Amino acid sequence: MSAEPLVYASQTARRARRTYAFLAAPDAERNGLRRVPVVIAGGGPCGLAMALDLARYGVECVVLERANCLSDGSRAICWAKRSLEFLDRLGAAAGLVARGVTWNVGKVFLGSAPEPIYTFDLLPEKDQKFPAFINLQQYYLEEALVERLAAEACVELRWQHAVKAVRQDAAGVTVDIGTPLGDYTLACDYLIAADGCRSTVRSLLGLDFAGRSFNDNFLIADIRMKAPFPAERRFWFDPPFNRGRTALMHRQPDDLWRLDFQLGPTVDRRAALEPAAVAAKVHGMLGAEIPFEYEWVSIYDFQCRRMERFVHGRVLFVGDAAHLVSPFGARGANGGLQDVDNLGWKLARVLAGRSPPALLDSYDVERCRAADENILNSARATDFMTAATPAAQAYRDAVLELARDFEFARPLVNSGRLSRPAVLDDSPLSTPEASTFEHAMRPGAPCVDAPLGSGWLLEKLGGRFVALHFAADDAAQRQVPAGVELVVVRPADDREGLAARRYDAAPGTTYLVRPDQHVCARWRAFDPHALDAAVKRATVH
Amino acid sequence: MITTPNLTDPDGFFAALMALHEGLSDAESRRLDARLVLLLANQIGDPAVLADVLAAARRASAAPELAPGAG
Repeated sequence: MSAEPLVYASQTARRARRTYAFLAAPDAERNGLRRVPVVIAGGGPCGLAMALDLARYGVECVVLERANCLSDGSRAICWAKRSLEFLDRLGAAAGLVARGVTWNVGKVFLGSAPEPIYTFDLLPEKDQKFPAFINLQQYYLEEALVERLAAEACVELRWQHAVKAVRQDAAGVTVDIGTPLGDYTLACDYLIAADGCRSTVRSLLGLDFAGRSFNDNFLIADIRMKAPFPAERRFWFDPPFNRGRTALMHRQPDDLWRLDFQLGPTVDRRAALEPAAVAAKVHGMLGAEIPFEYEWVSIYDFQCRRMERFVHGRVLFVGDAAHLVSPFGARGANGGLQDVDNLGWKLARVLAGRSPPALLDSYDVERCRAADENILNSARATDFMTAATPAAQAYRDAVLELARDFEFARPLVNSGRLSRPAVLDDSPLSTPEASTFEHAMRPGAPCVDAPLGSGWLLEKLGGRFVALHFAADDAAQRQVPAGVELVVVRPADDREGLAARRYDAAPGTTYLVRPDQHVCARWRAFDPHALDAAVKRATVH
Repeated sequence: MITTPNLTDPDGFFAALMALHEGLSDAESRRLDARLVLLLANQIGDPAVLADVLAAARRASAAPELAPGAG
């Protein structure tokens, strides 16, 4: 989520967020300059996940968070399958799924009709470890990551440490840090800016953040109530309780519900936040008799922006610091976690001297394109809803009118195209394919899951380069080049043949999979020399 | 994109189109046209043809106004 929260309508139902103790930097650091491989600015989902991911590769890092508590307010709630798959590699997904509300289906309603005009299933391919989405308050995700980080000896998480100045040269970065007990300075090889849409690091370096605002306002209410609505995303165009505008409802854990009401381009924010005004909308959506309490109410406007580049020398930007999207599509935090997944293994290789710094250029290329895709999708959804010109209004209304009667118009209804992982087409790290395969799992595609043995295919991938080799049950063992691990899929484990089908595989088919579970190359036959060349290309050797 | 005559009864089609808009306000006409465009676009389907049609529609509006009394 982006933009400006204005006012709490009520604080009665809000539960106190967990707070964390301030610890001063060690005396040795305050007296002299300590150098660490990585400093991460920002302890939100991206900063925390970044530290956990780097810890997996044994990279020492210090996370600086200016606050002393978890995030507050109406933040990210929808965590996509791809994020859960990444968090699973970080050892954090099981608890989140257990706590979250699982959902796969979105419904779009029009006017007062009780039946949806359009229903979409976001997990058309079943038999995967994770659902399309879980809903979970951002603070629970952060809390889980903080707990996981406590077990990592090479990560220090410092609350109430704020970045005040950044200097870099060819040899490294120095960061001046302010704390309640005075300032100190850390030196590092790389600084990762995960400090959100109002990134301090970006401002300190005077970097651009170009984009556009949408001329519209949205009232977001997180309310607590006992309600029987199912775990699905519900979206309304022109409902009786918000005529001519849109509304959105998401279920969260703890009997908490996220309601979103479009208010239009011109709105008296103070009047719209009056308890009676908010209650009228909530009761209109849910029924006059339903009792509820507010957890958070605010009015937002939305923007789409991105930095021109995410790599600035030794300062690397991830998440909202690098790019900002409107929330329709849940592409903000989910896009940010894909940045982290993309960057972690590359930075670890560069720091270990196993790849040149040029490998980081591919982070910039791949994730700028992915950010463009996220911005395009969320901007189109917001444009559809906001319909800023008379022509846009006429076409939006025409789509909705036609969608009632005609199936063809339903895919034109845009209530948000929900987050899917980017396909890294044209990545400099991919080896173009020479064989004929079905298109879906082409080089650059994120690996899709399938049942395998008593577990899941994706559990076998990630964290290192893997040669995923489909073989007959009695096939001979293969020798793979150094730096690659062999994972063999045999019919005995792929009992329903789902892995082979999803990867368009026959005996002999071999995929090279990157540490971030993207396809790097694929062949119809096992060829150790081609594998070696593809790994060298993917690691910029 | 077909640019040669393809309507069997051009005058009849034009008249039907005009009749469709009879008695509608500007806003209602605009919505009706929008529904029509969407229905017709779905009949075409082919993205290359649709792109040609969009470009041609835009080009035509950039052409000079018809001279009064022409023809």
